[in-house]
Amino acid sequence: MASSIRARAVESGGVVSIKALVRHPMDSGFVKDSAGNIIPPHFIQKLTISHDGKNVFVADWGPAVSKDPFLECRFEGGKKGDKLTISWIDNKGESDSTTATIA
Amino acid sequence: MIDQTRRGLLKGVLGAGVAGIALGSGLVPLRALAAPDASKWPKKAFATPGVDETIAELYGMEAEESDKISMDLPTIAQNGAVVPVKVETSLPNVTGIALLVAKNPNALAATFEIPKGTLPFISNRLKMAETTDVVAVVISDGKAYKATQNVKVTVGGCGG
Amino acid sequence: MLKTKIISVALGVALVVPYVLAAPTPEEDRKAAVEYYKQMFPDVQINDFVNGQYALNEDRRKQWESLQDFPPYEFAVAEGQEMFETPFANGKTYASCFDNEGIGVRQNYPHFDQSRKEVITLELAINECREANGEKALRYKKGDIASISAYMASTSNGKAFNITIPDDPEAQAAYQDGKEFYYSRRGQLNFSCASCHVQNPGKWIRADFLSPALGQPASFPVHRSKWGELGTLHRRFAGCNNNVRAKPLPAQSEEYRNLEYFLTYMSNGLPVVGPSTRP
Repeated sequence: MASSIRARAVESGGVVSIKALVRHPMDSGFVKDSAGNIIPPHFIQKLTISHDGKNVFVADWGPAVSKDPFLECRFEGGKKGDKLTISWIDNKGESDSTTATIA
Repeated sequence: MIDQTRRGLLKGVLGAGVAGIALGSGLVPLRALAAPDASKWPKKAFATPGVDETIAELYGMEAEESDKISMDLPTIAQNGAVVPVKVETSLPNVTGIALLVAKNPNALAATFEIPKGTLPFISNRLKMAETTDVVAVVISDGKAYKATQNVKVTVGGCGG
Repeated sequence: MLKTKIISVALGVALVVPYVLAAPTPEEDRKAAVEYYKQMFPDVQINDFVNGQYALNEDRRKQWESLQDFPPYEFAVAEGQEMFETPFANGKTYASCFDNEGIGVRQNYPHFDQSRKEVITLELAINECREANGEKALRYKKGDIASISAYMASTSNGKAFNITIPDDPEAQAAYQDGKEFYYSRRGQLNFSCASCHVQNPGKWIRADFLSPALGQPASFPVHRSKWGELGTLHRRFAGCNNNVRAKPLPAQSEEYRNLEYFLTYMSNGLPVVGPSTRP
């Protein structure tokens, strides 16, 4: 089963840069389909990135975040080879999670 | 403080190791453990029109203009559905950053928690319905600061 | 199919196209086009033409670079690869239908099949492979066909387009047909492809920024922010025809295949960069 999350984490000079792309429609609830019916809101509400059991980043998202959302953030203290966990949950309660290794 | 770390550790260990297995096998309880807790998602803040009203709802205080927040946004968005937005700041002890799109039906696009050790930097892609101010709010030493940049959004070219 | 008419569009010295006794050869056309665009945009590196509007506008280029840093089509390309590598029900794979097992071949499409006397595009070849192996054909504008085509294009990244027009009257006719299509006005707005992409690249048309014809097919299939997904070249042809309020033709119709043949030949020597993102 393919993950909905693609992530790249690179450490340089003590700073880990994480870039992630998440497959998700991020429907706002403001758009109608071709039949004229509102497409119900379906978007990621929370995304977390954790390292060594601790959250290094928490995002609260709304439907104004683009479809197939991208995210980049940076933190100190991670080392090459460490694992990061990236997880999300959406307004329908659907969720996904993946791990990425710091390169 | 210690409790929080233990809870975090537990979540992290189980999340990292078992998430992969849980997703494929339908072991719902374990999968739920790996999922973030959305119960504290700021529902009201995400349903507020207007920048000042949203800032008040989110932080209970006004934000002061700061020239120490740098925003990297296009002058004219090539497509309002996907506008790259980058914010960073030299303000000290940043614990949160928020992105607001003034003319969107609800101004709040995203808010980010910046734990200690994480750099006050965020890059994201946002939807903008029309030409609008984009406001970045930064919480530094418990106080709210903001910067604003305008993005032109056009609809209806000949590109179909 | 070929109409005998004189087409002359005022384009500057290099590209006057009269059907007189000695019509220019495709290679003469191509060289003239390259010269024309070099003169129009002297500061653009020849290989950068494949990036279209992004070679001509800094603000847009920055947005494109930002998207390309982690492109939204990565999921589709990964799926395309998976589909490409998964055997059909009969046990064979796409590799059996293509030279070099389908890896690094994008730059040779489209090509003229001299026995069938028609232009074969990559998407057509993909579907013919499917049908030859007992699978249903895919729809031509988006979805799986675009993902597979995008994967195949990615394996040719950086390779120079190498479209050949055999010394065969039918092949030459297909090329000329594509060229004629390109320069013919159509639709209620009465524009030809050339009206925008030869006469006015680097300019705004309402809220859109025009790319030059040189290098246009190189970035396909493209992920358009407008579509929120990948789309094929013929999807874009249909869209453009629609925009000038002309009746769009079916994807992979003879006209569009000939048009692709002409356009891609014009881009010979330029690198494959598909898939890419566009507004």
